[in-house]
Amino acid sequence: MSFDNLTANWSKLRVKRPQPDMYKDAPYKWAMVIDLDACTGCNACTTACYAENNLPVVGKDRFLAGQAMHWLRIERYWGEGTEHTQEFPEQGAQFLPMMCQQCEAAPCEIVCPVGATHHTPDGLNSQVYNRCIGSRYCSANCPYKVRYFNWYNYPETAWASPLEQQLNPDVTVRSKGVMEKCTFCVQRLTEAKNKARTEGRTVRDGEVVTACAQACPTSAIHFGNLADPTSTVARMWMAQQVELAAHPQSKDEQREKEGPLDENAETLRGYRILEELRTFPSVVYLERIRSSEA
Amino acid sequence: MSNPHDETEIAAEPRFVPKPKDIDSDIAWAEINGDVLRSLERPRPLFWVIFFGSLGLFLWGVYCEIYQYNTGLGVADLENPHVWGLYIATFIFWIGMSHSGTLLSAILHLMHADWRKPIYRFAEAMTTFSLMTAGLFVLVHLGRVWQFYYVVAYPSERWTWPNFSSPLVWDATAIGSYLTTSVIFLYFGMIPDLAICRDKATGIRRLFYRAMSVGWMGTDRQWANFRITYLTIACLLIPLAVSVHSIVATDFAVSQQPGWHTTSFPPYFVAGALYSGCAAIITLFIILRYTFRFEQYMTIPILEKLCKLTFAISMVWTYLNLIEYASVWYGTDSFAKQALIYRATGTYAGWWWAMNILGSIVPFTLTFKAMRTNIPAMMIVSLLLNLGMWIERFMIISPTFAHGYYPWTWIDGWWPNWVQVGIILGSFGWFTMLFMLFCKIFPSVSMYEVKEMVYHRRAPKKHRAAHAQPVGQAQPDPS
Repeated sequence: MSFDNLTANWSKLRVKRPQPDMYKDAPYKWAMVIDLDACTGCNACTTACYAENNLPVVGKDRFLAGQAMHWLRIERYWGEGTEHTQEFPEQGAQFLPMMCQQCEAAPCEIVCPVGATHHTPDGLNSQVYNRCIGSRYCSANCPYKVRYFNWYNYPETAWASPLEQQLNPDVTVRSKGVMEKCTFCVQRLTEAKNKARTEGRTVRDGEVVTACAQACPTSAIHFGNLADPTSTVARMWMAQQVELAAHPQSKDEQREKEGPLDENAETLRGYRILEELRTFPSVVYLERIRSSEA
Repeated sequence: MSNPHDETEIAAEPRFVPKPKDIDSDIAWAEINGDVLRSLERPRPLFWVIFFGSLGLFLWGVYCEIYQYNTGLGVADLENPHVWGLYIATFIFWIGMSHSGTLLSAILHLMHADWRKPIYRFAEAMTTFSLMTAGLFVLVHLGRVWQFYYVVAYPSERWTWPNFSSPLVWDATAIGSYLTTSVIFLYFGMIPDLAICRDKATGIRRLFYRAMSVGWMGTDRQWANFRITYLTIACLLIPLAVSVHSIVATDFAVSQQPGWHTTSFPPYFVAGALYSGCAAIITLFIILRYTFRFEQYMTIPILEKLCKLTFAISMVWTYLNLIEYASVWYGTDSFAKQALIYRATGTYAGWWWAMNILGSIVPFTLTFKAMRTNIPAMMIVSLLLNLGMWIERFMIISPTFAHGYYPWTWIDGWWPNWVQVGIILGSFGWFTMLFMLFCKIFPSVSMYEVKEMVYHRRAPKKHRAAHAQPVGQAQPDPS
């Protein structure tokens, strides 16, 4: 590997600007559907994520200082004034599980100076810990703020012996100074893909799920392969008429053009968060229709 | 050398209005040498006060940095979403400071503004040291600083290149080339003066200056080559200076965050850079003038010109600042508009208004001649202007983090803690320490250019003296 070789193969080394549909023909495109109506805010997904991905528990002080490492967080929102008027404010809360949206045109990818975060052919927004230098530009440019930085050297402190025995051996323990985020449990995906490859097939729907989807007691989180039109997730995306690489969505355009909504359009409740930024996220949320008083 | 007849010749010219002179045209060459070389020996005691004060600040900053390095960036109270904090704000501030040195030494050199001659050397040194300080902030800010070289495009066996679409890579390249060029420019312009030092120095200092003056003999051929090379580097430096801060601006303009995603950022940053740089030059001008007894060279008329320049740039900055507000206010991006409203009314409202008042209203004091020529007043005003420009950078960074796109991450009342403040104070100490050391070791007033300036002041008088008779005569009657 000489300098000449490097310059001769320049075009291969160029980092491509992430675009939706960049890997259109790839066999996998991992995606999610989260039904906010089913979410009870029980935090089981968060706990499962901590256990699966070796997330350090930072403690109350650091949590309050905004240094928590929860890749998946349950956000609570209250209606206008509910927080103050209700005796038990949590009763009026509405929940939204938020994790890395695995954007197709991710804002974090183009700004990373060292290419530590980049797009995989599976449609994941991967993070290479060994390459990360901790400039935190990706987090600064993430509209969802779902990237978490290792402010301390957690492997030293977070798991006092013998707690380190419970760490997931398939997942790297991240050291001080690197950025991390939800990976859609990439270790599970890799394992499933390897298994499928040895058997000469593609991964079947439901063969692999993320830890959060597995732990959700109300099945609010659906995970699957969007490239497989028969998968649950792909069918849900289709039912909600959400297109991965489209903005604006044709259903919205249609709604604007044709004015009053037809009966069918009213039942469509799939949306992607901050879609207007054209990040093309891979997570569809289903709007909540249950009123908070019910 | 002094010519007592000059005064009478001037009086002979009827339309001559005596103006305060930039520099006394009667200074002898040897006197210039002596005065400047004395600055390398015995400055006023204030020098040591400033030097040791800044050394103390620097050591405090080093302590904070060691603590942060060993424990992790978390001790600086950075958090999600405030991932950058004051480090990047102060980084921009120092990059900005570096611009006016180039303005004085290169741009005004090309424009033949000769009042810059006594002051451009230290301004150029300011450029170099503030760039070095800015570079330090990049390192302080990185999570894994020991791998900072990943951003540099170097041939690697693993076929890994930096991500060329990232503005941080542009930054690293631009700052690297600007720093290299300005160090060369600073050193190169100093060679004739170092030769003077070499001729006057003894002992180990003589060895040092001999090595530094690279065999300068002052021959015609050397001067001719020197002039051409100096001009060439000056021409090279100007686009670099403009590009470096434009590129720092793209760190923000390229990102999509509300309040940052503005196309007017590059000129806005360059204007802000020149502005804070000019204000810093005024501050250092006053300090150097006193500590090194440069009253004869750094004269009040030069200070006045500097103030006028600062005022002009401050108005450019104000204009671009208002443009930014207007383009956000009348734009379609409701998030950016909200972020602007948040700046003006949210947690940081006091700072935001302080920035606007210090940056756009305080410079109007520079329109009064009594202010421009009043040294204590100018010291205060220049420090206030720089404070305003530092706040400007703070106001670019923090409100956007506090009030981004996603409401869940809106957070009120984030303030930097003692580690961040300590490192920032340490950076000021580091800069001042290096700058003061520079002025003690190298001639901070360009001797050969001051001589040129004095020479050019004399020349017109000689011209007048030769033609004194026709000017004094009455016009012949046309009839």
